[in-house]
Amino acid sequence: MGKKEVRLVIPAAIIAVGWVSKYAGSRPAYDGAMLAASIILGYDVVKSAFASLRYGVISINLLVFIAALGGIYLGEYWEAAAVTFLFVFGSYLEARALGRTRNALGALVKEVPTEANVLRGGETVKIDVSEIKVGEIVVVKPGEKIPADGKVLKGRAAVDEAAITGESMPRLKKPGDSVYSTTLNTEGYLEIEAEKVGKNTLFSKIIHLVEEAQEKKANTQRFIERFSKYYTPAIIVISFVTYILTRNLRLSITFLVIACPGALVISTPVSIVSAIGNGAKNGIIVKGGSSLEKAGGIRMVAFDKTGTLTKGKPKVYGVKGLGIDDSEVLRIAASVETYSEHPLAKAIIRRAKEDNLRTFIPEDFQVVVGQGAKALYGGEAYYAGSRRLMESSGIEIGGHAMEYADAEQQKGSTVVYVAKDRVIGIITVRDELKEDAAGTISRLRNMGIKTYMLTGDNERVAGAVAAGLGLDGYFAGLLPDDKLSVINRLREKGKVAMVGDGINDAPALAAADMGIAIKGAADVTVETADMVVVSESIERVAYGIRLSRATLNNLRTNIAFSIFVVAALLLGVVRGSVFLATGMFFHEVSVLLVIFNGIRLMGYRMK
Amino acid sequence: MESKVLRIKDLACPDCANNIGQVLKKNKGVLNAEVSFMTGKLTVEYDPGVINLDDIKKAVERLGYEAEE
Repeated sequence: MGKKEVRLVIPAAIIAVGWVSKYAGSRPAYDGAMLAASIILGYDVVKSAFASLRYGVISINLLVFIAALGGIYLGEYWEAAAVTFLFVFGSYLEARALGRTRNALGALVKEVPTEANVLRGGETVKIDVSEIKVGEIVVVKPGEKIPADGKVLKGRAAVDEAAITGESMPRLKKPGDSVYSTTLNTEGYLEIEAEKVGKNTLFSKIIHLVEEAQEKKANTQRFIERFSKYYTPAIIVISFVTYILTRNLRLSITFLVIACPGALVISTPVSIVSAIGNGAKNGIIVKGGSSLEKAGGIRMVAFDKTGTLTKGKPKVYGVKGLGIDDSEVLRIAASVETYSEHPLAKAIIRRAKEDNLRTFIPEDFQVVVGQGAKALYGGEAYYAGSRRLMESSGIEIGGHAMEYADAEQQKGSTVVYVAKDRVIGIITVRDELKEDAAGTISRLRNMGIKTYMLTGDNERVAGAVAAGLGLDGYFAGLLPDDKLSVINRLREKGKVAMVGDGINDAPALAAADMGIAIKGAADVTVETADMVVVSESIERVAYGIRLSRATLNNLRTNIAFSIFVVAALLLGVVRGSVFLATGMFFHEVSVLLVIFNGIRLMGYRMK
Repeated sequence: MESKVLRIKDLACPDCANNIGQVLKKNKGVLNAEVSFMTGKLTVEYDPGVINLDDIKKAVERLGYEAEE
């Protein structure tokens, strides 16, 4: 038993003795015991009340002190003892319940591994995690947590990434794969090159973001806090005025007790912090209470296509030579694109490398933004790009090529024309959809949310993808600035969330009522987002919105309940049926109920 | 000027959190003090030439709470 508990148990025992003496027929012993209990309990209340008052700050303790003093003055010693006891005991229970919620985040921090095995001079050395250097090779055995972010150099292992993504199904990690600090090697052996250590790891960044989020106040909360600064002093004034007018001390002091800012003030922060904690456990970072408030009212979700609905890694799907060898088409295309950074170009170059094709180095090279590339080699011009590039370069696309390209686009492929003086081949590239994309769309639809896709791809490819997913609509051929105007147009119809990953999505994310950044998102995008999904799983978007809705419901229930209790108590006071003890009892019980209801959100799961 | 983050134990109500911040701010040498009810974190900025951390902790204790580093 700690100091606080002793300070509760002793007066509780004295109160019990008081009751026994009352039934034994000793009124003075009863009164004496209650008075003694009031004084013992009141000591800390008074001390705290005056410590604040010295600085001109009026605290709840002062209200309780005045009420108890009034009770004693009226000779109602039991009421005085009960009101202070319930206040102190209630605060104690509340602090404990809240302490557990506050610790939930502390528990996350404790998950970080403290020791690591590194290879130094050919030997494995055990060191403190803080001593790992970037570039060092870390050894992770089965059952151990990975101590840094990095790339697998050697070995294979099943890694449980629940600490970051909330998904506990282990994933296979092999050389070349990225692994993250604090994830668990369930079986297998890994040698990892450390790329990010200490505060720079993804896990540390998540913790930091979540902590920041919990401190950020929601709009309702800020309002209530500003309000409560004047509220407590106002209660004293009102109660005093009531006394002057009615000369009813009993009524005035009871009013002090039931008007204490209680359940109403506590409802919002508890629900929000629990929800943020729930998100953190399930792979979603919510950037604060106002983000939850916004997410709860979302009616439409707009998705960026590449990297959000799709895996973001386009792959060459087919190569067709028109009058020349297929491999020659690929070789020329890869050569033309040598210096291009475009994802499509990269896919073609990768494929050429895989096929061991020997590309040439162009003598001259030019990127045509949004269309493709031109290159000069051996005095001849080569092209690789869209239909627009062919048209603007004056190259005619034959009927046969056109037919083939159309058919491929209907299937959702992006078509790259390869040309010399005429089109010599067509390469089709596809960016596969994420496995959970279709499921997420239907889940959102069941929630009454309309879904849209925003993409720079052409109409036909976008249409094929949208139809396959069952989207409510799509916007194709968009330039980054266009995404912004589409979002603004959608907003005229209701609240819109935008989901994206790239830097070019950042303006749209900011313009939307709510921005959701998905794993791999650029730093700016994470900054502007209201919610960050830590895994690739697009399904988390639905979870985030569900959680926000549950939070809003929880909040509304709490607020309605709090108002109801205060109203009922007020009525009771006016009718004279509620006095100090009953008033404080219902007050404290309502606060506790509201806290427990809020904490329930910690355990929320999506069905 | 120095800035420190302390954890306040046993915070039961948002009002109490506000009070601690308000009272601390009125102490000489304390430039800013902010208590987050939800995390229980006290962020205090003070002039170590005028007030030290122990005084700040004592001021919190007088209000009936404990401040830990």
